[in-house]
Amino acid sequence: MSNRQSVHQPLPHDAATQHVTGQAIYIDDIPVPANTLHLAFGLSKIAAGKIASIDLTEVECAHGVHRVLTADDLPAGNDVSPSAGDEPLLAEGEVHFAGQPIFLVIAEGHHLARRAAARGVVNIVPQTPIFTIDEALSASSRFEDRLCYQKGNPSSEIENARHVVEGQIKIGGQEHFYLEGQAALAMPQENGDMLVYSSTQHPTEVQHKVAEAIGRPMHGVQVQTRRMGGGFGGKESQANAIACACAVAASLTGKPCKMRLDRDDDMITTGKRHDAVIKYRVGFDDNGRINGIEFDQFIRCGWSQDLSLPVSDRAMLHSDNCYNLKTIAVRSERLKTNTQSATAFRGFGGPQGMLGIERVMDHIAFVLKKNPLTVRENNLYPSHETSPCGETFYGMRVNDFVADKIIKELSQNCAYSERRKEVDAWNKSHKCIKRGLSLTPVKFGISFTLTHYNQAGALVNVYQDGSIRINHGGTEMGQGLFIKVAQIAAEAFGQPIDTVRITATDTSKVPNTSPTAASSGSDLNGMAVKIACDEIIDRLIKLVARQHQAQVSEVAFADGVFSVGSESYNFDDVVNSAYLNRVSLSATGHYATPKISWDRIAGKGRPFYYFAYGAAATEVAIDTLTGEHRILRTDILHDAGQSLNPAVDIGQIEGGYVQGAGWLTSEELVWDAQSGRLLTHAPSTYKIPACSDRPRQFNVKLWDKGYNKENVVYRSKAVGEPPFMLAISVLMALSDAVSACGNGSVYPSLNAPATPETVLAAVETQRGTIQ
Amino acid sequence: MEEELTLNGEKTTLNLSLPNKTLLDWLREDCGLKGTKEGCNEGDCGACTVIVTDRAGGKIRRRAVNSCTMFLPQVVGKDVRTIEGLTPKGESLHPVQSAIVTEHASQCGFCTPGIVTSLAAAHANRNANHDDVLAGNLCRCTGYAPIIRAAEAAFDQPPPRWLKKAEKNIQNGRKGFRTDKIFAPTHVDELAEWYADHPHALLVAGATDVGLWVTKQHRELPPLCFVGDVEGLSDIRRSRDWVEIGAAVTIADLREAIGQHHPSLGELLRRFGSVQVRNSATIGGNIANGSPIGDGAPALIALSGEVTLRHRDTRRTLPLENFFINYGQQDRKEGEFVESLRFPVQADRLRCYKLSKRFDQDISAVCGCFNINVDKGRVTSARIAFGGMAATPKRAMNTEAALMANQDWSQETINDALGEMNKDFSPISDARASKTYRMNSACNMLNRYFLEDMCSQENKGILDV
Repeated sequence: MSNRQSVHQPLPHDAATQHVTGQAIYIDDIPVPANTLHLAFGLSKIAAGKIASIDLTEVECAHGVHRVLTADDLPAGNDVSPSAGDEPLLAEGEVHFAGQPIFLVIAEGHHLARRAAARGVVNIVPQTPIFTIDEALSASSRFEDRLCYQKGNPSSEIENARHVVEGQIKIGGQEHFYLEGQAALAMPQENGDMLVYSSTQHPTEVQHKVAEAIGRPMHGVQVQTRRMGGGFGGKESQANAIACACAVAASLTGKPCKMRLDRDDDMITTGKRHDAVIKYRVGFDDNGRINGIEFDQFIRCGWSQDLSLPVSDRAMLHSDNCYNLKTIAVRSERLKTNTQSATAFRGFGGPQGMLGIERVMDHIAFVLKKNPLTVRENNLYPSHETSPCGETFYGMRVNDFVADKIIKELSQNCAYSERRKEVDAWNKSHKCIKRGLSLTPVKFGISFTLTHYNQAGALVNVYQDGSIRINHGGTEMGQGLFIKVAQIAAEAFGQPIDTVRITATDTSKVPNTSPTAASSGSDLNGMAVKIACDEIIDRLIKLVARQHQAQVSEVAFADGVFSVGSESYNFDDVVNSAYLNRVSLSATGHYATPKISWDRIAGKGRPFYYFAYGAAATEVAIDTLTGEHRILRTDILHDAGQSLNPAVDIGQIEGGYVQGAGWLTSEELVWDAQSGRLLTHAPSTYKIPACSDRPRQFNVKLWDKGYNKENVVYRSKAVGEPPFMLAISVLMALSDAVSACGNGSVYPSLNAPATPETVLAAVETQRGTIQ
Repeated sequence: MEEELTLNGEKTTLNLSLPNKTLLDWLREDCGLKGTKEGCNEGDCGACTVIVTDRAGGKIRRRAVNSCTMFLPQVVGKDVRTIEGLTPKGESLHPVQSAIVTEHASQCGFCTPGIVTSLAAAHANRNANHDDVLAGNLCRCTGYAPIIRAAEAAFDQPPPRWLKKAEKNIQNGRKGFRTDKIFAPTHVDELAEWYADHPHALLVAGATDVGLWVTKQHRELPPLCFVGDVEGLSDIRRSRDWVEIGAAVTIADLREAIGQHHPSLGELLRRFGSVQVRNSATIGGNIANGSPIGDGAPALIALSGEVTLRHRDTRRTLPLENFFINYGQQDRKEGEFVESLRFPVQADRLRCYKLSKRFDQDISAVCGCFNINVDKGRVTSARIAFGGMAATPKRAMNTEAALMANQDWSQETINDALGEMNKDFSPISDARASKTYRMNSACNMLNRYFLEDMCSQENKGILDV
């Protein structure tokens, strides 16, 4: 792929050998002192109400129990929210969802703590809970007033348009189902300090919240994260509670305290992807070109604010996807309900927003009886080579638009047109099994919309033998960040990859870090590390120049070799010489994303540094007797820029797509309508994709012309979240197959997740149009 | 009380004072083997997969199992190999391990030890149906594609050189033992006597369900009797007229034994749990448990299956459908246990349709089993049984009667019969499916049976596309 030695190379995950031998250490694998105590929460069974009394006698006298804490026993703060201050670690006076922690059991063993926790008696006077979007709207239960981003006057454009359709899509939530549940271990240190091992995407926030919880300044709390067994957004803010519980218990008992949530407790207590309803009204011409469009996005946020405002913002910001919507209004309702607090999940609102406009494209094509791909192409932003370039409805120039080229190349590679005809022919001659085909693009904005998060720090140490140890604010959750950043350091120093040692993320080494989220991990931390490496190289160049009485400009550094005049020196030798000459071989790097500015209330500015693009073509088959379905074939072409590690990036794309397909097909969250209890709280009832659910034929390619126009590290592009939304093609292909069961008069309006049951119901509606 | 097992090639003593300690907890907490992970603690995710090897009938039997729902007494005398044991000291990586590395098939790595052990067991057993091998191993990161590439790449590599030697010493047969809290008989006659004397004890076979009583419900268990591999309870016997299945026959063994003659049942059993679950779970457990959504009962009822219950030396045999009285209630007297099941040898007319949210490793929303004989266009017998449609596994008696009454094997007869379905069933709505979907899809299953039988290839199910 390139002549570079380290970056752009498909190196294996840095911990691959540890993974396959069982040597990779997660929180629960860390050896602990014998006096370690274990924790479990006592949970509310009631969704809304006032706590009348708490009787913990039975819990306290249970075998192995040391102590039981309620809100009154907490030594300092009682808030684990990321910013709003509305999320007590232990309920205070009232409960807001079924599953809310009320008390904390500290016991000698994990099972002892859990068993004891089940014995608590909490009297709650129930209040009328708010569960649904409609209930929240009528009770005016929201976290923020309705937000509206608007460009032009869509209602008049719609009135005057040749065609108008309206409709809605219901979009289910999604449980992260990271294989490693939430976990933390707190070890009391001298001086009242606390060392916390946390399975978190956001060590700094854990540090901040733990400091508040034990009443210490942040300098008294050290948080370490070597790796997570999966995060997907579910350990961005959701790790706070467990870490704070451990720290508080450790602080009160003076003993190490560990907590790992049992899978059921994890699913019952922690947040998930926001479910949503998106309503749309759109006016368009005979070619399907949109004249004006209005979206109403209803986002169910759960009981606390958590990250729901930026999630909802991002849903709005992705309601254009790849389409040049010149006249548009997007309205967003952020609704407060008595359910788990919805939180970050790969895509962070983007998937919901994007699904809205992709549904509209399909609906338009259905009404006009046109190929949906043609309608999509008729609405795309202008190509990046075109002048003037496109501009989003929030005023950001789209000067890197390549989705048109990706779509074209993908549709040729996967023989879209021929297969479109084959699918139509199959559907004419087959009654029982129908097929569907869809090609959908992705344009995803890269940067935190919370602008100050777009910064990163790094610490690079070079030792006198030339070996290198790097540390940065990013966390490893399986996405391959550590190997990518190591590749960047190896490249910068021109050294083999095994000279670079990757270390656990640690708030005492790199402070004030941002969460590893928003796909930004390698962009931000990679650049911070590169800056630190460059700083050390600068010092070494200066040293070589000084030693040769040459100008700095006369010293060259390439492929790990310093050259001056006719002399050349290896990296190791110069490093050793630097040590002897008392030159610092340690540097910090700090990077802040340039060019971005964003006013979230006005909905104006440049929230993103750039966009990542991709497209997927998915073919499915449905069984019209049962609604069961399979993905027959998927072709993906994705733009990772100049990929830092093509193997890692392909992994993100394959994994993201299948995770997205799960969201839209088999992963259904069901709450009991009366009690508000989550019924699907274990893998026995909540079904993430299994092995045989992946596409039978799965062709994934990186776009070989990918190149980041912005100066992102080695011209790569972020790849964590964007591929997730490639799975929108699955839902659209299912909808295509369903519509083949009818006479073309009724649009299927398939909701997500399209379980077999949902598909069968839609098929039966279609069948009704021909009988 | 102490017993022995072999752990990663080393003889190790096992303290059985906590009879319902899980193998997973023992490995992680007592042995410090942290490579085996807890992902769900209910046998669904496979992160805790280990390989249990023993000898059955002189033949080496390697089984991937979920250690989270396996109690320690179940592995007494056996050879347990964890992820750590797949690379003994001084040996290079197992071919599956190397392939996972080179194919970039691990991301967060938490599911990886389970994936590796599942694939290593399949590698040794020469099972190349990778999708099926991995149905019980959830991965949330990779989308499985690179894992399958790794499985394919590793499959043709020779087995690790330590394997043969390690398996040479594996013992034959099963060791019985007893303490005040547990009993592990070697023969079914011993079991019958002991259980009649201890009628409140709990019989545990694979523990794929009972395990959850401990890990999820924190139940205090009564004295336990471990019946897995008990002689006289673990065989499949064929006579001219009957196929008789011991209650402790695992689903895996049952599938192997009868899948060939009843391929549709074979496929139903392939979708029963996962490899790990089928390697532990028994057909007797599945029946005796009485669950309305177990897949074993409707299939056996459709085959005119019968259940034999035993109390000491007294046996009684009844039609399987009569065993299920109500939700959580079976026709089983104190001290009586399910000894065997049997069904008549017959031509294969059985079709089993399993509907679930996810295709593999999911509990049925509806499981419909149809066994209709037609001679020269006339229906000569009809047995239809469903799981998931009532509080027990249940026959569709009215629907069957309508088929028999009309006799003419035609769409009209099917339509008439479908009109009877709501007399047979009024299903409920739950997290798996609504009552409407249950009813509609159950009716469509009968339609499918008819359409398939009319040799219309195009009416085959979704897998045949």
